[in-house]
This record gives sequence, structure tokens and C-alpha cells, in this order.
Amino acid sequence: MNLTLKIWRQQNSNDKGKMVDYQISDVSGDMSFLEMLDVLNEDLISKDETPVAFDHDCREGICGMCSLHINGEPHGPDRGITTCQLHMRSFKDGDTIYIEPFRAKAFPIIKDLVVDRSAFDRIQQSGAYVSVNTSGNTQDANSIPVPKEDADMAFDAATCIGCGACVAACKNSSAMLFVSAKVSQFALLPQGKVEAKKRVQDMVHQMDEEGFGNCSNTGACEAECPKGISLENIARMNRELISAKAAVKH
Amino acid sequence: MSKSGLFKSSIGRKFAMALSALFLMIFLLQHLVINITAVISPDTFNELSHFMGTNPLVQFFAQPILIFAVVFHFVMGFILEIRNRTARPVSYNKFNGSANSTWMSRNMIISGLVILAFLVLHFIDFWFPEINTKYIVGDTSGLHHGEYRYYPELLAKFANPARVIAYIVAFVLLALHLMHGFGSAFQSMGQNNKYIDGLKKFGVIYSIAVPLGFILIAVVLYVTTLN
Repeated sequence: MNLTLKIWRQQNSNDKGKMVDYQISDVSGDMSFLEMLDVLNEDLISKDETPVAFDHDCREGICGMCSLHINGEPHGPDRGITTCQLHMRSFKDGDTIYIEPFRAKAFPIIKDLVVDRSAFDRIQQSGAYVSVNTSGNTQDANSIPVPKEDADMAFDAATCIGCGACVAACKNSSAMLFVSAKVSQFALLPQGKVEAKKRVQDMVHQMDEEGFGNCSNTGACEAECPKGISLENIARMNRELISAKAAVKH
Repeated sequence: MSKSGLFKSSIGRKFAMALSALFLMIFLLQHLVINITAVISPDTFNELSHFMGTNPLVQFFAQPILIFAVVFHFVMGFILEIRNRTARPVSYNKFNGSANSTWMSRNMIISGLVILAFLVLHFIDFWFPEINTKYIVGDTSGLHHGEYRYYPELLAKFANPARVIAYIVAFVLLALHLMHGFGSAFQSMGQNNKYIDGLKKFGVIYSIAVPLGFILIAVVLYVTTLN
């Protein structure tokens, strides 16, 4: 199929950037979206033009590295997948495809479609861990009883790959779905409960510091999340924070 | 370690929005009940209006709380909106919001602004004249030529079809605002549990029934003035 691509080109973080049109032909429906961009880049390189910079790593939907806002939605029009799992058969011959970076103040553009998502790392570092002494006498995790339902919910929350689609989809660039998944995966387990009050406060504080917007409960994040992280996690985080703030006087 | 209080955090602010919203939704129901009496029993409407307008507990306790809740809900709404807009300084060339969310949920600020404009009209229509009559002129009798003035004053306002249309438009936007706001308030308070589906269904009924009630009353009052 032949396609028109409208791609955001920006040389560096200081450049203003603009949409640039590209024509691409002989695209196979069996190509992944990233493979289609690889073909475009080979063509650009052969013409001595600068290839389009985009993030990618595992290309099998588990690393959370690929991003891209495709035709107005993060990871494109299909549900429950990352951009590397999106195939060109989802498009038609003659289509025009808008390809933009994930946009948020907290995700500054490095180049073209590559954004700096280290805000997520800093949120993780602010509390998404369990402080356990690992000097050799650590208790076997399996010896702590965990209700199956809690384990399942914690596991579901832990499947978040931190890709940032929730931020990209949200009209407010809110990171609530990501942060709530990370808060939940610990809050639901006995090992995480010990530090739960401090954790949720620190992570929400860091989230606010990074410049993400508020949650308007539109549900766009849940709909676009490649891992199907549920809004229930956001409600849980709200509960956790409200009760933690009510209980702890700083 | 965060040192900030609850209402300095994004979640705390949304929690405060939800609390004020719940209070306002209860008020709305009470307002509707009194308005219904205007249609079915003008005498009851007059008596209720006089009671609400002169009872010290309503006037000097409930009314200030209500005004605070209204002002708080709007001011906090603007504070949240400004923060939300600054969170994405460069917007998308293509943003397909309808693919993953409802119009109502994405445009609470628009429906909110229409409701704010309506409140300005509503205050000019009823609240300011009431405050003037009672506390500036000093007439708390509620009477005009020996009869209760509330119902005739109400009818006089709704004789104007332009006002009736403005009210209808505002209440349609209120319905849209509530349609998202009702369920959203519970989510903001962390109440996404086994009751949430039922609550959301109740929210839809509330969001349609209450504004529709206000609309029907406005229309009935207008029709009454034609006779």
C-alpha cells in the first residue's frame, strides 16, 4: 500500500519542530509500524537525509520503550498493544497517518519522536520499592500468605510497562494511571503495606513535581493502555493518599 | 518525603472538588423539590420561599456554606484547568479524544463555564433582588400588597421566552456536566468498588432527571404566563 506520513521533525530539545510530509510506497500489511518506519529511514538515508528518530527496543510489546502518537492515539488505533505490535494491516492504501511524539511538559522531546520519560524513573525512585534487608537472612516471599485475589490484582498492576501512553492519551497529560499501578502493586501485598502510607505520599508528590496534570477521570488512559491497567488502581491510589494524609501529620 | 498537606496535592484537590460537587448535587435536589411546588401548589411555594428566605439558620448558616461551596468549586475548577493546560504546552496536531473518552468528560470546563454564566443570570434574576429587598430595603415581610410576592415574582421572570431558552440551554449543559461529574466524584474519592456500577447508573438517572425537572418547571411557568 501507499501512504502519506505526516511526521513530527524536531532537531533537538531547543528546536521548534514541525510536521513534515513523507510518501512511502510498497508497504506490506504484515510489517509492524516500526518496520514501516525502518523502511522509511532506509529510504531517507539513501537520499542523504536525516532519518526519523524514534524509540524502540524489544519490539515484542514487553519493554515499554516504543511510543508514538499515531492518528491521534498513543500506540495507534488498535487496543491492548504497543506500537511495535501494531501492524500496517490496520491501515488502508492511500491513508494519511499522523505520527507525533508523546506530548507532555514532563516528557520533553529529545529529537523527532523521541521523548525523555525519565520523569517516570524519578517517580519510581521516590517510593516504588520495598525496603528489605537483603543481607542473607531475608524471609522467603512464598512463606508470607497472600490472598489469591490480592495477588492477582497486584500482578495486574505490575504488568504496567511504564510506556507513558496514559500520559499521552490524557487531555491533561496526567500520569495517574502509571503512578497508581506502581502504588497498587505494592499496596496490595503484605510486603508493601508496611511503607504504603509514606510511599503513596512520596510518589504523588514526585508526580506533581514533574509537572503532570490532574486526573479528570475521562478514562482515556485505561482505554489506550497496552496492558489494560484499570482505573480501579487510580481509585485505590486516591484512597491510599487521602487516608495517608488524614492519618499522618507532617 | 512530601511535606505538603492534602489539598496541595493533585489528588487532594480532586478530592475537594468531589466533596463540593456532592454537596452541590444535594443542594440541587433540594432546590428542585421547592421548585416543583411552584407548579403543583403556589401557596406551598410561597410558604417554603418565605421560610427559606427568612429562617436565620438557612440564611446565615446554610446559605454562606452554599456560596462557599459554589465559589470553591469554580475557583478550584479553574486552578485544576490551568494546571492541566500547562501540563501540555505543545498540543497535538491530531488528537482523537473521542476514540477513548466521552465529550462530557473532556469538556467539563466548557459545561462549567456555561453553568457559571447561568448562575450570574440567576443571581441577577433572583438572589440580588432578594438580598436588596430583605437586607437593604429591610422588608422581610415577604408581602406585596398584602399577598406573598414570591410566586408572582417567579412568574414575571418566566414570562420572557428568551430567559426560558437560556435556562433550558444551561440545564442541558448541567445535565452533561453531571453525567460525567457524578461518577467522577466517587472515583476521585477512591470509591471504585462493587457499588460503582450501580452508583453510575443512579448518576445517569440523577443527571437527566434533575435538569429535566428544572427545564419542565421553566416551561410550565412560561405556559402559565400565557394564560
